[in-house]
Amino acid sequence: MKFTRARGVGLLGIFIAIVLIFAVNNSLGNKITEKSKIQSIWDFTSTIRIPDSANMKVDPKAPPVAAIELPTMITISLICGALVIAGGTLIAKNPERGWVAPYMSSVIALGFFSILLWAVANNSVDLSDTLSRVVRLGTPIAIGALAGIVCERSGVVNIGIEGMMLTAACFGYAAAAISARAIYGDALPESAVRGVVWMPLIIGILGAIVTGGMMAALHAWLSIRFKVDQVISGTVINIMAVGITGFTRTNFLLKFESPLRTGLPQMPLGPLADIPLLGPILFDHKPITYLMILMVFGLNFFLFRTVWGLRTRAIGEHPKAADTVGINVNRMRYRNVIIGGMIAGVAGAWFSLEGSFGFDDGMTSGQGFISLAAMIFGKWNPIGAFGGSLLFSSADALQLKVQAYSFDLPSQFMQMLPYVVTLIVLAGVIGRARPPAASGKVYEK
Amino acid sequence: MTANVVPALEVRNITKQFPGVLANDQISFTLLPGEIHAFLGENGAGKSTLMNILYGLYDPDQGEILINGELAKIKNPADAIRLGLGMVHQEYALVDTLTVTENIILGTELRNGPILNAKEASQRVRELSEQYGLAVPPDAIVGDLPVGVQQRVEILKALYRNVNMLILDEPTAVLTPQEADDLFRVMRELADQGKALIFITHKLREVREVADRITVLRRGKVVGGADPKTASEGQLAALMVGRDVVLKVDKTAANPGDAVLKVRNLKLRDDRGLTVLDDVSLDVHAGEVLGIAGVQGNGQTELVEAITGLQHLPTGSIELLGKDITNRPPRSITEQGVAYIPEDRKGTGLVLGYSIRDNLVLSTYYKAPFTKGLTFNDAAIDENAKELIETFDVRTPSATTTAGSLSGGNQQKIIVAREFTRENRLLIASQPTRGIDVGSIEFIHNQIIKQRDAGLAVLLVSAELDEILSLADRVAVMYHGKIVGILPIAEATRERVGLLMAGIQEQPNGK
Repeated sequence: MKFTRARGVGLLGIFIAIVLIFAVNNSLGNKITEKSKIQSIWDFTSTIRIPDSANMKVDPKAPPVAAIELPTMITISLICGALVIAGGTLIAKNPERGWVAPYMSSVIALGFFSILLWAVANNSVDLSDTLSRVVRLGTPIAIGALAGIVCERSGVVNIGIEGMMLTAACFGYAAAAISARAIYGDALPESAVRGVVWMPLIIGILGAIVTGGMMAALHAWLSIRFKVDQVISGTVINIMAVGITGFTRTNFLLKFESPLRTGLPQMPLGPLADIPLLGPILFDHKPITYLMILMVFGLNFFLFRTVWGLRTRAIGEHPKAADTVGINVNRMRYRNVIIGGMIAGVAGAWFSLEGSFGFDDGMTSGQGFISLAAMIFGKWNPIGAFGGSLLFSSADALQLKVQAYSFDLPSQFMQMLPYVVTLIVLAGVIGRARPPAASGKVYEK
Repeated sequence: MTANVVPALEVRNITKQFPGVLANDQISFTLLPGEIHAFLGENGAGKSTLMNILYGLYDPDQGEILINGELAKIKNPADAIRLGLGMVHQEYALVDTLTVTENIILGTELRNGPILNAKEASQRVRELSEQYGLAVPPDAIVGDLPVGVQQRVEILKALYRNVNMLILDEPTAVLTPQEADDLFRVMRELADQGKALIFITHKLREVREVADRITVLRRGKVVGGADPKTASEGQLAALMVGRDVVLKVDKTAANPGDAVLKVRNLKLRDDRGLTVLDDVSLDVHAGEVLGIAGVQGNGQTELVEAITGLQHLPTGSIELLGKDITNRPPRSITEQGVAYIPEDRKGTGLVLGYSIRDNLVLSTYYKAPFTKGLTFNDAAIDENAKELIETFDVRTPSATTTAGSLSGGNQQKIIVAREFTRENRLLIASQPTRGIDVGSIEFIHNQIIKQRDAGLAVLLVSAELDEILSLADRVAVMYHGKIVGILPIAEATRERVGLLMAGIQEQPNGK
């Protein structure tokens, strides 16, 4: 019997399922001694609640629209059993293609779901809140992935997205803080509702966009004008970003007193936000999250329906062909890399103005790299990359969620999850992704 | 030639010097509307340089270009197109991932503001393709189309830009004979509609078939013109090479012995999951040349790499002299008596940065007499180099010159010298004469026949049908990874092989 990809993946899936079921069994067994009411591990139930968002505004304790009670151990056993059987079939049948990707996706998705059920054993979890968190945390990843797509589709590898985001987060925050002080002095005006003043925040976002664009211009300059290897140039950007932002923070931001205390506010979209389940997931977010969704579909349109998009795809695939029909390849690459950097700047603004308010050293914590993984996962298509971003953010959201419960799985392991998922995806388990053919290659006539 | 017709294009005294080579030396010619003007020349005669100058890719050192009687400055391809000059390169300038229409309109898009007008564009492409008899599917992805159709897309791309002159650079290199005939029909059609065509080739048969006028280039110079109706192939060849050449390879009938190589049921898929080898089985006997014909990219490369151990095979078996060599390491296969002339001379055949002397021991350096204990025996390596350079007539200043600085023909001779001097039972020659001069071609052809007569089994892969037909004793044709037919040389006519190359299998009783 030969070892093939399908068999390897089957084996991996079975291994994950078995480890999971043992871990759950062990963990729930330990809980029995603490709780007097429960006699056996089969008595645990996990409840999934869908709250009634409309009524919760009036009465925070309003009963949920639905509360699904699942027997923890039985449900997890069934899921793991199914994964083992499917994995076994994969090993036995060894299909040449077509089954590996769906199987691995189900292992990841069902694995996440099982961990969630396990974490909320004898407790309940709010589904809309969890999924809304997935969208929220997916925002910077998705925007970063779009930045990567704009660059790589035109043939420039941009590994420096992380650095562009970090610098943009830093200077975006600085722009907001400084402009708030310049406009309002030491205290915000009375009219500011709960401390939200728009002008400095918008200036902050613009500052982040400009910063991202400038970092990208440096990347373009190095890699197009001087033909520096694009991976090296991107790495330079990343290292430089740590230095610049660290310096700015200690020498300036920490000492600077700004009247601005809060970042971008929650903006529920009227009655849409009250739809059960869907409302909180899609229509109750902060501005950059809405902007992200617009950008995903916008870029998809621009890439496939406009002259700019056609030319971008052409120069990333076969620059010589584009050149011979009179398209200025390098000028277009400059432009696209800078646009990409500006998009990365929006993601940077998310970190310091929306996700939290303020700037911390290294606050982008590798999300820029995860963006690139999401871009590859989505095969360089905006909508696919959006899907990839949600996958990675669900790992992250899950991790944050289960920390709230007294949970047996070590938090370090949970923090590792998104990166492990990234590895599995990048190893090519989810189908092979083919990058734009000229990506990373200098164009010379 | 009538004097009162203004030439569509007139070139006067074009000269272009590259480091070490005078690529174009005082070249002058005219191109009239409605004619097909063929440029004939060996590789390195300066044809491509001349065309790249016309198309604005190179700057000439001297000389002038007149278009419709007016002096023209062509700085880049966009200028050329604006002046009505289009070009179809040997390697198509097509983006594989885009559709036919997108490729054609790229750079000159039909648009509503920034938005593409996809519907009208594909309608326009359809009209053009009907007007010139160039059938293409406007909405298909270019990468999925056969090369013959891709070539039509390239031609349409130029026509879409309203060119009245079209340069076709070696357009038949990747076509089956039938596809080539189809192309000639299109060329004639274009000429009849008043377009002027430049047809670059080194194939004598083709110029006589399609050209109105022939200009022969040799070593960067125009060495003469000829009338395709009266000039014989022999005359053209002599003009092209500068001396009389023997077009036929001298060989006696084969005297085949036992099967040396047995290939059984090879199957292979590529990264994208597409079939590259589809149940390939064949035998090569001692003392015969089995030629593999087929348009490039139909699995020949993978077949050769599988036999030489460079490509891992999931299914199938390969036997050499009764011994299983499937998926054995390349060195072990070489040591069992396999000589290999790879198709990629520069990438696989030689280490270009190494000296000739080192390249000559690449497959034997680790053995006596070249290695003694832990060190090389330089004297033996030098001696080996000296001997082989002489026997195989490698033209080089010294044995320590790097392989990369030699001409293609001399590079190929180094490979041949290295491979042919081992104790061999099987010779695999893949595109052995691609891109080299006629002198070297003759030499290598004779060497291959010599090896056959010495009792080796020879597997010859070539995209040049003429080469297969003149060297092979049996002809196998590959199409989409499959052997679609094996014919003894007596039955392998150009037409039959051509049909097989296009995947059309013969039916026993008519249709």
